[in-house]
Amino acid sequence: MSDAETSTEPAGPVTGWGRTAPSVARLVRPRSYEEAAAAVRACGTRGGIARGLGRAYGDAAQNAGGAVLDMTGLARIRSIDADAGLVVCDAGVSLHRLMEVLLPLGWFVPVTPGTRYVTVGGAIGADIHGKNHHVSGSFGRHVRAFDLLTADGTIRTVLPGTDLFDATTGGMGLTGVILSATVQLLPVETSLMSVDTERATDLDDLMARLTANDHGYRYSVAWIDLLARGAATGRAVLTRGDHAPYDALPRRARRDPLAFRPGRLPAAPAFVPDGLLSRPAVGLFNELWYRRAPRHRTGELQRLSAFFHPLDGVPHWNRVYGRAGFVQYQFVVGYGREDTLRRIVRRIARRGCPSFLAVLKRFGEGDPGWLSFPMPGWTLALDIPAGLTGLGAFLDELDEEVAGAGGRVYLAKDSRLRPDALRVMYPRLPDFLDLRAELDPRAVFTSDLARRLGL
Amino acid sequence: MKDAFGAPQSLLVLGGTSEIGLATARRLVARRTRTVWLAGRPSPDLEAAAAALRGLRPETDAVTVRTVPFDALDPSAHEEALGKVFAEGDVDMVLLAFGVLGDQGRDEAAPLAAVRVAQTNYTGAVSAGLICANALRAQGHGSLVVLSSVAGERVRRANFIYGSSKAGLDAFAQGLGDALHGSGVHVMVVRPGFVRTRMTAGLTEAPMATTPEAVAHAIEQGLWRRSETVWVPGAMRLVMSALRHVPRTVFRRLPL
Repeated sequence: MSDAETSTEPAGPVTGWGRTAPSVARLVRPRSYEEAAAAVRACGTRGGIARGLGRAYGDAAQNAGGAVLDMTGLARIRSIDADAGLVVCDAGVSLHRLMEVLLPLGWFVPVTPGTRYVTVGGAIGADIHGKNHHVSGSFGRHVRAFDLLTADGTIRTVLPGTDLFDATTGGMGLTGVILSATVQLLPVETSLMSVDTERATDLDDLMARLTANDHGYRYSVAWIDLLARGAATGRAVLTRGDHAPYDALPRRARRDPLAFRPGRLPAAPAFVPDGLLSRPAVGLFNELWYRRAPRHRTGELQRLSAFFHPLDGVPHWNRVYGRAGFVQYQFVVGYGREDTLRRIVRRIARRGCPSFLAVLKRFGEGDPGWLSFPMPGWTLALDIPAGLTGLGAFLDELDEEVAGAGGRVYLAKDSRLRPDALRVMYPRLPDFLDLRAELDPRAVFTSDLARRLGL
Repeated sequence: MKDAFGAPQSLLVLGGTSEIGLATARRLVARRTRTVWLAGRPSPDLEAAAAALRGLRPETDAVTVRTVPFDALDPSAHEEALGKVFAEGDVDMVLLAFGVLGDQGRDEAAPLAAVRVAQTNYTGAVSAGLICANALRAQGHGSLVVLSSVAGERVRRANFIYGSSKAGLDAFAQGLGDALHGSGVHVMVVRPGFVRTRMTAGLTEAPMATTPEAVAHAIEQGLWRRSETVWVPGAMRLVMSALRHVPRTVFRRLPL
């Protein structure tokens, strides 16, 4: 195929999922590995970056004045080994697509974040984690190999245990363009989840419950009400579970145990007035959500989509934050630093950040990626409207707390971290920068995030 | 790069000794700005301003502040002077802050002096504004913040030379903003009322007078909201929208 066939869309403003800090780049949509290589060669002085489905919240898949390679045109599932549970697919294949194809065969993706609409390339680049991190680690742990298009135009097959593998998993696309990957899958008997739900009355209760029996569940997460104050600070709803075994299914569901039918509601409207998610509105939502949850219920059968991806049911839900957009703040602090977590939760509650999507989770062992986010400890993620007065300075203060406790924030969600804070949070950063300087001396691969943080 | 709240990391101030320009620089250095270019006529004042900004973060090399020779009245040298700045790296925000008030009474009698006001405030800004706009367009992001004035919104008998130059600048900046729409470059027109500075020292203070710090704060807010027009103080918008519709026969009699 010739270069001319690569579709190049006119430049348009690009943002992440949080819809903040737009910048303009040339969008290129390669449809083959050759086109991708040609696009990288033609990047020009302002470089290029791969972009998947644009679910990174900040500026990771933006590249002002340069090229953005929309990888969703490379979306073929190349082969499936249904006995060993291995899939070889292009980087632009979404986890949604993998579920559609693999579930009927009795396999599930090894790790899924809160949305199915991420690509395999993006999952590796951000080294994503899911509700099973305490058991299964990050996505990169399940990747058996990937093909990486590097700055010199060559395609390298990269295997686990190598420096390039560890720099690329979590490397935010800055080592090259992932073209395809081999992923180890998880066998499942059904497409339903068996879920235990319980309420925690405050943060200490929540941490105690999570610590006591998290290991008994493959998947575990707590939704936490960050608007509740006083004695109720940190009250939460825990949902934990595993894939339901065939025997647990009622007779009707047994006819088609591996059916994958995610529901879908109408999309959020294109225009939403700013300030819809005001403090009282979110406070009311949180109150109802908490009260609605059963105090204690076990073995409830839920659809995969309801358990893992409730927000995927509303396309473009990110619009509800209005024109100003939103930021997501996700940090982790190690076990033994519960005091820091408590302090931060109290500060957020006192400040009244209208956040209706805060989740707390316990991570397992850290992952080998040099810029991978997870480390053993507590991770809290919350959405905050970007229009909140003084938010920038407030989050800087939280950064100080997190960095001071040896923790870090998640780059795939970041849109506002200070470069010097990054250096403290990611001790393997010098290795990453050295490898990048050697592999890509002219910085062909770059992004707004890379420019902002000096990566 | 600007962060999610529009806070720039690098700043170019055209008119490097402007009090509003420096107040804005101080405010932004307190947030994310670590590279500042002060463009102005070489002078001890310019160097002193640079040193003062460096002093805001005494840790070694925390803020890089550099000066660049720039004269609004010499447009033929703008391309080279500003080109050097952009060649050193991305500029997240350009603040067009230079301008002179002139002396209305004297300038009416000395047309060449009036022309210098127009050349500084308007012609110089057209040249520098276009050069910066093109550089920002090439980098695909950035804000061009233009200090206009309420004086240009409805030009008054008492300072129509200055007012007309700001009216021209304001119209130019609005058009430039429309031309750059969709390019990733954001143009923001800032219209302060009477600001207490060296430039206005000795003048009778107008109602709703404000300070360089207040203008700087409004600029920071405007960056965050990606505003296209910012009035300082905000209520000035209402006042001016009323004044705009006052008939000429009445307007010229008003004690403004």
